[in-house]
Amino acid sequence: MAQTMGPTLKRKRLATTWKSMKRNWQLYLLLLPTLLFFTIFHYIPMYGVQIAFKDFYANMGIIGSPWIGFGHFERFFESYYFWRLLKNTILLNLYQLLLFPLPIILALMLNELKNSAFKKWSQTLTYAPHFISVVVVVGMVVAFLDPITGIVNLAIKGLGGEAIPFLTSPEWFRHVYVWSGEWQSLGWGTIIYLAALAGVNPELHEAAKVDGATAFQRIWHINIPSILPTIVVLFILNIGKFMSIGFEKVLLMQNSLNSETSDIIQTFVYETGLLEGQYSFAAAVGLFDSAINIILLILVNYLARRVSENSLW
Amino acid sequence: MGKRGISEKTFDRLNILFVMMIVLVITYPVIFIVSASISDPAAVNTGKMWLWPVDITFDGFKKVFQNEAIWRGYYNTIIYTLVGTAIHLVLLLPASYALSRKELKGKKLLLWFILFTMLFNGGLIPTYLVVKSLGMLDTMWAIVIPGVVGAWSLLVARTFFQQSIPDQLVEAAKIDGASDIFIFFRIALPLSAPLIAVMALFHGVSMWNQYFGALIYLSDESKYPLQLVLREILIVNEISGDGMMEGAGTTGSLVEQVKTADLIKYAVMIVSALPLLIIYPFLQKYFVKGVLIGSVKE
Repeated sequence: MAQTMGPTLKRKRLATTWKSMKRNWQLYLLLLPTLLFFTIFHYIPMYGVQIAFKDFYANMGIIGSPWIGFGHFERFFESYYFWRLLKNTILLNLYQLLLFPLPIILALMLNELKNSAFKKWSQTLTYAPHFISVVVVVGMVVAFLDPITGIVNLAIKGLGGEAIPFLTSPEWFRHVYVWSGEWQSLGWGTIIYLAALAGVNPELHEAAKVDGATAFQRIWHINIPSILPTIVVLFILNIGKFMSIGFEKVLLMQNSLNSETSDIIQTFVYETGLLEGQYSFAAAVGLFDSAINIILLILVNYLARRVSENSLW
Repeated sequence: MGKRGISEKTFDRLNILFVMMIVLVITYPVIFIVSASISDPAAVNTGKMWLWPVDITFDGFKKVFQNEAIWRGYYNTIIYTLVGTAIHLVLLLPASYALSRKELKGKKLLLWFILFTMLFNGGLIPTYLVVKSLGMLDTMWAIVIPGVVGAWSLLVARTFFQQSIPDQLVEAAKIDGASDIFIFFRIALPLSAPLIAVMALFHGVSMWNQYFGALIYLSDESKYPLQLVLREILIVNEISGDGMMEGAGTTGSLVEQVKTADLIKYAVMIVSALPLLIIYPFLQKYFVKGVLIGSVKE
């Protein structure tokens, strides 16, 4: 556009822009503190990502430390734990993603409830765990699954089974992690779908009933198509968080006995970077993780746009 | 048609039954910890207590309230939550109001500046190095500042201002000679009480419940928030068992220690979680509203 404009016109436009900015300077003043915050706590760290390609020495600073190229990445890719970390990260997130339909199903069920008091109570009670901190949730998991005193193992033993060391066995880590998370977030996850369902035209349902459609048919042919755009957008957002969800909880649940499955890329970044002080190496591993994230997000968004015309951008 | 599939009535009944089962499964653990917190640990640990309290005792809560670390953690958490939420609003409201104004030139660029941080961020290590180089380590500011406002909240608040502050109102005020700052404080803010409530609640809850910032930025135990104290009591000591051994020599026998831990375990969960669980149903509509404004597609 700019090329098609004459130089005088361009200057004129710049001048009006400048004038409008001067007239509205107070708006920029209102924005300033937040922009400063984003610069310091988001953009300076982005600039600091370069330590992933350097050998960072604290006394030389980020800029002064020597460049080494892709050395840290190579070391990470060639290390024996690389495949284990990648596999654990992907499997844990895939497992989590598999449960994506559950809040949709619960929302469809809640939406069918005709007794509004019962519906409201169900919502209030199922939302509640969302407000419990991750520390307390893991604390509850630890207490309930204790091999000797935990209620779950007491029940298993009561039924004649053998106590299962849920928290210290690699086979159980993923199940415990994902399902305790589902306990916490299932209800909360229905909110958006319920709002979308509230927007469905009731006349469609009336007409379908007259035509003899069963409840399942109405849900399948009216409700689900109506909320499909919401489902697609939330699915993309979920993929965007792939590789990065729930790391704070994994860290709490991790111990030396279950690390075979609980070691994920992000806990590894925390350990090598902050506990062992290998800043550059850990930053490289972290960068690898966010790169995968972005690629996935862009890919899924592209696919969604082609398949369903619903996408983030 | 009626032959295939089930009738409306059966469907409704089955649906109610399934929802009830889900509600029960979700509620049970919460009822369990409430009951366990006032039951004799011996009854809890042997499975005698499985739903309602057995051999009621308040020793757990007594021990919790005698525990200095928990009190201090509570106090710290309240301070961090209040300060963090206040700064959150101070950064959030003016900025999102400005971003909602049509006459803001370069809005697209500014929005991208903020939105880009949703797509990419420096990550744990570079952020840590910034906090460190600002001299914030081991201070309240390391807990309060780094995540004090995010792109998501800014978008939500901007959407709210766009929808609820009519342009004519702002233009009329401007013709009367009001400045933008005056309009923000005297017109926009008084009209945005629900927004302020929603944003304060969301940020407050996340401040109350977070532990990770404290874990990486604090080493002085007297500054620990409640969640970090709970982590020691509920998880570190429980899983490793080593923590228990270390303290054994100094404060009584090992058996005594384990007994105390058992006694306070459920009481501390209640002390941490109950305030929010009790307040939230009254504020439910605000929380739901927050989720919904947040989901409005840009």
